[in-house]
Amino acid sequence: MRNKLTIGMTALGAVMISGNAFADAETIVAAVEPIINGADTSWLMISSALVMLMTPGLAFFYGGLVRRKNVLSVLMQCMFILCLVTIQWVVVGYSLAFGPDIKGIIGDLSWIGLSGVGLIPHSVYATTVPHQVFMIFQAMFAVITPALIIGAFAERVKFIPFCIFTLLWSTFVYDPVAHWVWADGGILGTFGGMGALDFAGGAVVHINAGMAALAGALFLGKRLGYPNKMSPPHNLPFAVLGAGLLWFGWFGFNAGSALAANGIAVNAFVATHIASAAAGLTWGILDIFHNKKSTLLGIITGAVAGLVAITPAAGFVTPMASIIIGLGAGGICYLSVTFMKTKLGYDDSLDAFGVHGVGGIWGAIATGLFATTTVNPGGADGLFYGNPGLLLIQLKAIGITIIYSFIVTSILFWVVDKVFGLRADEHAERVGLDLTEHREAAYTTLE
Amino acid sequence: MKYLIAIIQPDRMEDVLNELDKSLIHYATVTHVLGRGRQKGIAAVYRSHKEVGNLLRKTKIEIALPDDEIQAACEAITRVARTGNIGDGKLFILDLEESIRIRTSEKTW
Repeated sequence: MRNKLTIGMTALGAVMISGNAFADAETIVAAVEPIINGADTSWLMISSALVMLMTPGLAFFYGGLVRRKNVLSVLMQCMFILCLVTIQWVVVGYSLAFGPDIKGIIGDLSWIGLSGVGLIPHSVYATTVPHQVFMIFQAMFAVITPALIIGAFAERVKFIPFCIFTLLWSTFVYDPVAHWVWADGGILGTFGGMGALDFAGGAVVHINAGMAALAGALFLGKRLGYPNKMSPPHNLPFAVLGAGLLWFGWFGFNAGSALAANGIAVNAFVATHIASAAAGLTWGILDIFHNKKSTLLGIITGAVAGLVAITPAAGFVTPMASIIIGLGAGGICYLSVTFMKTKLGYDDSLDAFGVHGVGGIWGAIATGLFATTTVNPGGADGLFYGNPGLLLIQLKAIGITIIYSFIVTSILFWVVDKVFGLRADEHAERVGLDLTEHREAAYTTLE
Repeated sequence: MKYLIAIIQPDRMEDVLNELDKSLIHYATVTHVLGRGRQKGIAAVYRSHKEVGNLLRKTKIEIALPDDEIQAACEAITRVARTGNIGDGKLFILDLEESIRIRTSEKTW
């Protein structure tokens, strides 16, 4: 049944490709060989769009949490990353991350400008969909990862230096780490590497961005008046809207990472929803005990922490394990945001490290605990299924990601700061970045 | 002629306007304002970090009225705006020099 369907799809694909004015004889011949699956292709295109929406969603999540004088600067940083990193990805990023491997460390430059990245499926990545679908799906991940870091240095960074930092970070931090974990031949991953499991980006996206966030918060220092004279979030409904969009988009992020419309995708979809719900619930309950009241910001923060933690595990764990991962994410991130940040005294403005870094580390560890081949024969068994080896591999991959991301990000911050000056001056910080960096105001007072 | 400024709790605004209406004073200008006095703020909690607001939301009602109505207006406002707690607000009464109706340029009162 499946064969008949795919043969039909292949024939259709060949006709469609030959109808293209740019097609040459070679591509038509090649198109007959690989099998393009329509369902997989549709799901991956939809997932790409879902993940794209997460970046504007994140913009509102973060934008609602800053003061009104800085809301546009945060929205701007997110939307600009969407433009900037997309072009970086097409020109060089995709080749560095997924191009033909050089010693497990980085892709070579043969796919620069998407050269050779066409409509024929790749032989290793998402083998049932046109290669460009996989490329654009991964592009959305490359976009949202640096956007997550914004939360750490929100309200005090100059725009142009921020853009240069982002470009460098994508090239020297995101692309290599993505290569290590997901590329054919990467040192950490399952395609010939040490076998660390990272279903949708616990290490690549969340630990990576989280550590960069910590480096940023430490490097840039505290905002004026932190912690005693900070104003509350200026628009919590925005933050809820953003969290809702993130939750929605995360189905594409995690279930799309199955790279096919199959059972693993469904498992990831269900696990994602369960973990998010469990973590939001956990945060809400902890709030009652610790602060006497359950807070809205608390449950949306918890839900996002749950989404972060299930990301590496979604395609490898059972629904019950997802609940435990969500509970852990709610609890651990709650502790990190409530106590660790205050104790250590860094100003991670919007808890990018506290939620994404800490939640990502928990998720990667939890994958080493709860992964089971009964869910995904292509994965591995974790500690609770009789294989302590996986946990060790996970810890190693976490450690390598933490060290690399923190050190290289710190160097990039230092370089950009030396050349351009990263931190907004005191006047700009007082007046707000919307006016001083963008000459715009989010809200008018008159009419 | 007097100018009455009443700073009251926002949740009392409807009641105050109704009560003024009963005393046949149906003119008033209302603005939402922020301020502080002896009442301390309610601590809001964001991700477990308490933020005590320096300023509290209040409602300011401004009324220009003839001398003989000032007593009734003050009584009407205190009658419904008073809860007995700190933070109920204050009344300020100023002498008013002149008032001109824009439509007709007539000097009122």
